[in-house]
Amino acid sequence: MDATSRGATVELTEVVKNYGTGAPALDTLSLHARPGEFVALLGPSGCGKTTALRTVAGLEAVTSGSISIDGRDVTDQPTNKRDLGMVFQSYSLFPHLDAQANVEFGLRMRRVPAGERRERALGALEMVGLGGFGSRFAHQLSGGQQQRVALARALVTRPRVLLLDEPLSALDAKVRVQLREEIRRIQTELGITTLFVTHDQEEALAVADRVAVMRAGRIEQIGTPEALYTQPQTPFVAEFIGLSNRLPGTVRGGFVEVYGVELPLLDPTVAPGPVTVALRPEDVEIVSEGALAGVVVSTSFLGSLRRSTVRLPDDTLLAVQHAVGLRTAPGERVALRFTGACVSVKHEENP
Amino acid sequence: MTAPARRRRPNLAVLGLTPFALYVLLFLAVPTVLAVTTGFFDKKGGFTLDNVSALFTPQVLSTFLSSFWVSGVTAVVGAVVGALVCYALLGTRPEGALRQSINSASSVLAQFGGVMLAFAFIATIGVQGIITVTLKNLGVDLYADGVWLYQVPGLLLPYLYFQVPLMVITFLPALEGLKPQWAEANATLGGSRLTFWVRVAGPILAPSFFGSLLLLFANAFSSYATAAALISQGSQIVPLQIRSALISETVLGRSNLAGALALGMIVVMVVVMFGYSLLQSKTARWQR
Repeated sequence: MDATSRGATVELTEVVKNYGTGAPALDTLSLHARPGEFVALLGPSGCGKTTALRTVAGLEAVTSGSISIDGRDVTDQPTNKRDLGMVFQSYSLFPHLDAQANVEFGLRMRRVPAGERRERALGALEMVGLGGFGSRFAHQLSGGQQQRVALARALVTRPRVLLLDEPLSALDAKVRVQLREEIRRIQTELGITTLFVTHDQEEALAVADRVAVMRAGRIEQIGTPEALYTQPQTPFVAEFIGLSNRLPGTVRGGFVEVYGVELPLLDPTVAPGPVTVALRPEDVEIVSEGALAGVVVSTSFLGSLRRSTVRLPDDTLLAVQHAVGLRTAPGERVALRFTGACVSVKHEENP
Repeated sequence: MTAPARRRRPNLAVLGLTPFALYVLLFLAVPTVLAVTTGFFDKKGGFTLDNVSALFTPQVLSTFLSSFWVSGVTAVVGAVVGALVCYALLGTRPEGALRQSINSASSVLAQFGGVMLAFAFIATIGVQGIITVTLKNLGVDLYADGVWLYQVPGLLLPYLYFQVPLMVITFLPALEGLKPQWAEANATLGGSRLTFWVRVAGPILAPSFFGSLLLLFANAFSSYATAAALISQGSQIVPLQIRSALISETVLGRSNLAGALALGMIVVMVVVMFGYSLLQSKTARWQR
């Protein structure tokens, strides 16, 4: 398949989706995806990420607001006129068609001549690493292979927007990592604007240009994976992205004091007073001596690093990430040092 | 060194099937074999092919044709009407009262054959039935061209009474098995609603539809009680001809012909059920 696809802008403006039961699924959601950008919609179950994707696809009508693709308002346009490619969570291959016929389906809808149809379908299958699998039916393919065919089927029509609705969540861990990298490679090659829904933060951080963290139908924060990780703007984002220790602290004079240690605040405008501080395990260090000490409760080997849980004198448990070479044992007393900034603070009276 | 052969533990749970297996053996397999083998013997117990060759006489062939006609018409009409009912039910909530009650009613009505059903039709559209009499008073004579209810065409309405519900209970699960993602994938690929039904749902449902149609055909073909209750004279369909052959010494004069007729019916049923199971296995594979 040749790389003739070109990404389009996707814009959601104050989109509301109300099912009439309780809180709205989408609450004045706005999102702007640039041409060729890979945007991940990340959030816990029920946050509205899949609903947002389905409104872009036209599979859900919006209650209010607008959706435009490449500057053209498509809010009221039926799905089949939006020129999208979509891959679903559950394998959605047509079971009565073989892989090649599945991939050819969209081309058939566009009345592409048989010869070209065949050539493009075989090319798309080749692109997803399934050359020679064209005559297999869905029940003769593994889950990962089915999703590859679904990806080829979505891309063969050269859509300007690709929508991925948790396409990897039904696959086992190894295939998931492999396929997400392939999706990213193909997306970069084709330059197609992609919206990718996932609840797996590692997945989102690994593949996306930008990640939109969603909560209760709104985008809590959108930014590059690095910005979200190092500069979360809300406690929710800080807790949702990566692992964080929650420690008691007190804000005073532009710093937050945690166990007698002064740490810089990411947001210097935080009002003084008692707070809960989020601190990454990699921002805590085990040292030979120091004012803060605790007892190791457990330690686990994670391949390239080791993580130990340390009980502090006030019974708070603190996760510490350290080098594999530094071995700790349960019951061992260790000294600790905070090396990085706290990622967020939350006032205790306003949990 | 070869690994020691692992002794397979006997599955004792299979013993639970024993009563059913014995029942089927004694009251289905043995009588079937006896009935069929009688077709190869004459009254004196001597081997003969006369009974089997009688299957090809014009009288028996026309009875088989009548049976095929009644079964075919009620299967096709039952399948089409039943499929439309299923399609209408798709628009209702799966756990809703309407779908559940129609499903339950269909399960009961699919078995509602025999004297009860015949009586229901005799009481309503029989010669003295309430609808017949009422219509006659209004100047409409249902039987102006003869009393068709007690003839082969008269079997169509009563048979449809159980054929349609049977289609509902056999075809609805297939229709419910259509994944919403198939319709959504069709739409995102540029397909219309018509495209979905013609190119996706239709081909996926076809084996189930034709499988159910074959089941309906077999159901009507082997049905006896309703026809026997409605038609007391004559041997218009094969089950009634078997009855005649068994109880009448005068009409055909060969009671062993019943065995040969049963053999003919079994051959038809085996062919139909083989087709049904082929279609079912295809459907099961698709809906995995």
